[in-house]
Amino acid sequence: MKLSRTRGRRALGLGAALAAGALVLTACGTDDNSGLPGAVDFTVDDLDCGPGGTLLASGSSAQANAMEVWVNTYQANCEGSQINYKATGSGAGVQEFLQGTTAFAGSDSLLSPAEVEESRRVCRDGGRAIHLPMAAGPIALGYNVPGVPDLALDASTLARIFDSAITRWDDPAIAALNPGVDLPDLAITPFHRSDGSGTTENLTTYLHESAPEDWPHEPDKAWRGRGGQSADGSSGLVGMVQQNEGAIAYFELSYAHQNGLDTVNVDTGADEPVEATVDNSSNAIGQAEVVGEDGDLALELDYATREEGVYPIVLVTYEIVCDGGNDPATLDLTRAFLDYTAGEEGQRALAEIDYAPISDDIIEQVRNRVEAMD
Amino acid sequence: MTVNDTKTPDPAPAAGARGQSTTRLGDRVFSNLSKGSGIALLVIMAAIAVFLAIRAVVAIRANEGNFLTTFAWDANADPPYFGIAVLLFGTVVSSVIAMVIAVPVAVGIALFLSHYAPRRLATPIGYLVDLLAAVPSIIYGLWGALYLVPRLTGTYDWLDDVLGWTGVFAYDGSPARSLMTVGVLLAVMILPIITSVTREVFQQTPKAHQEAALALGATRWEVIRVTVLPFGRSGVISASMLGLGRALGETMAVATVLSPSFLINASVLESGGGTFAQNIASQFKEAGSMGRDALIASGLVLFLLTLLVNGAARLIIARRKEYSGANA
Repeated sequence: MKLSRTRGRRALGLGAALAAGALVLTACGTDDNSGLPGAVDFTVDDLDCGPGGTLLASGSSAQANAMEVWVNTYQANCEGSQINYKATGSGAGVQEFLQGTTAFAGSDSLLSPAEVEESRRVCRDGGRAIHLPMAAGPIALGYNVPGVPDLALDASTLARIFDSAITRWDDPAIAALNPGVDLPDLAITPFHRSDGSGTTENLTTYLHESAPEDWPHEPDKAWRGRGGQSADGSSGLVGMVQQNEGAIAYFELSYAHQNGLDTVNVDTGADEPVEATVDNSSNAIGQAEVVGEDGDLALELDYATREEGVYPIVLVTYEIVCDGGNDPATLDLTRAFLDYTAGEEGQRALAEIDYAPISDDIIEQVRNRVEAMD
Repeated sequence: MTVNDTKTPDPAPAAGARGQSTTRLGDRVFSNLSKGSGIALLVIMAAIAVFLAIRAVVAIRANEGNFLTTFAWDANADPPYFGIAVLLFGTVVSSVIAMVIAVPVAVGIALFLSHYAPRRLATPIGYLVDLLAAVPSIIYGLWGALYLVPRLTGTYDWLDDVLGWTGVFAYDGSPARSLMTVGVLLAVMILPIITSVTREVFQQTPKAHQEAALALGATRWEVIRVTVLPFGRSGVISASMLGLGRALGETMAVATVLSPSFLINASVLESGGGTFAQNIASQFKEAGSMGRDALIASGLVLFLLTLLVNGAARLIIARRKEYSGANA
């Protein structure tokens, strides 16, 4: 490109490039994308440390913030242990786990039967992969409608909005759910994820289960609805909602809180529309049922619930491990770490960062499973 | 790929060195080193092609849809169902828009820098243009998504008023995250590379040609038209191809700005569509093994598309060389 150039020119160009680099760096520095509130206390009193060493894990980005706190806490209290969780996305995490490169995978969706079969190759002693529910989080529906700080929608209206069947905010279907609210004459722009996502799968499972007529599409990590616009990642969706009046999108609650977005209260048929809060989604986890067999703790949520204060659109994020461990070298450390995350301290840390803890009787089973890994 | 383009025109010195009878150690070492580099390049290219092809075949065999015509990307489904029609369309359309905008502007800037601007002004502007090339593409993406998109709405409304009847420029007022916006952004991104190569070529126009034209009473514009442009034509084409290569493969900026979907929208102003690189970046995170192979298959098509474009550019340049005066 630079065919004839003197040395002095080159030096100047380098200086300019450095200046540009510095600008870029500062731009990144001011943007706190860790998702953690300012001061999280990483010290705990009694943490049963495992042996030192390095633990590799990867997967779901929905649990990345929880992992960050867990990993930091564990490492701060247990010297010599290093836990490396890469938020690569559930799909990639499961892949790496099935190749035997990681000790466990984080995933927002359940393994397919074929994947469970595949796991027998990497699990010790004829073991197989099991799901351990470790954290849950409400999927909030963030919207940008000026002058409407409170908005209630039900599954059917949500399905029709995201499927481009309802296109204006003053649609009679929305007005009927929000008596007394002055809805503006504004076009709705629904946004969805352009990348494959467990959040999409959980939302569309809810829509499909609760309003099958308005949402005929099969739940999937890829978006199946018609129309609307898409953006990359939860932070991309947040940006779109902030930027565009009339926008609505879905993401974990922490994204809505950090960015001060209004969220939809879901009209489940209970007396009051249910707000997306940590407590309300904990209530949903309390009603979840274990559907896994033989020690597998896969959960099924009751999407049709009409109970007070139960927020139905909840994402459960799992750790996927071999029931007997995979690599003997990291087994003890894996067990100690997961024992902490499933323990009281680990679960208590969740609420501060907009996750919901797993309910007592289920987390008890998780702890037993972890301790039985041998 | 673009690197070897710029290297190949001078095999002459190497051949000369080989013919020399005195073989000193330095000569032999250097000759082997350069031979080794040449072979390594071929081996790497072949290895990439073979890797892409093997994985692609796995995915294409399992594909339930038609790889070329299906408008969907369900590569992780069982059975997988995917096709590249939308990606090919989006990649080509956004790159063409970028070229249509960037090439005339780049030639204009290059001419200004080489023939119009006083030296005191030309040097800093030259740096400024080069500086554009140093900005990482994600920054362009963020700039595009946060600054450019909201400000293009008005322009698109106007385009819709004037040219909306064509269908190609119809606009519904939704956020302007369309192939057109991507094209505009890509144009900014490829501007520096086209400009600096073009400027270098224009600067090498033989002084004798230009002075001869001046002596015949040509104005400055006529000098440029008669000597600089014909001389630089093949250089402009090469520069454009370098830019096109970048536009075809651009990933993060496109993924940040575009609102991807697996539909071809007749209007370039309305959201939707996708490009190869953007789709790979978006889908890779949650891809299973089949999904990954399918993405690799789409990568192979991009690889072939780029080869094709570069080959075509070579042909054009080779054919034009005799008229261009490049041998003078």
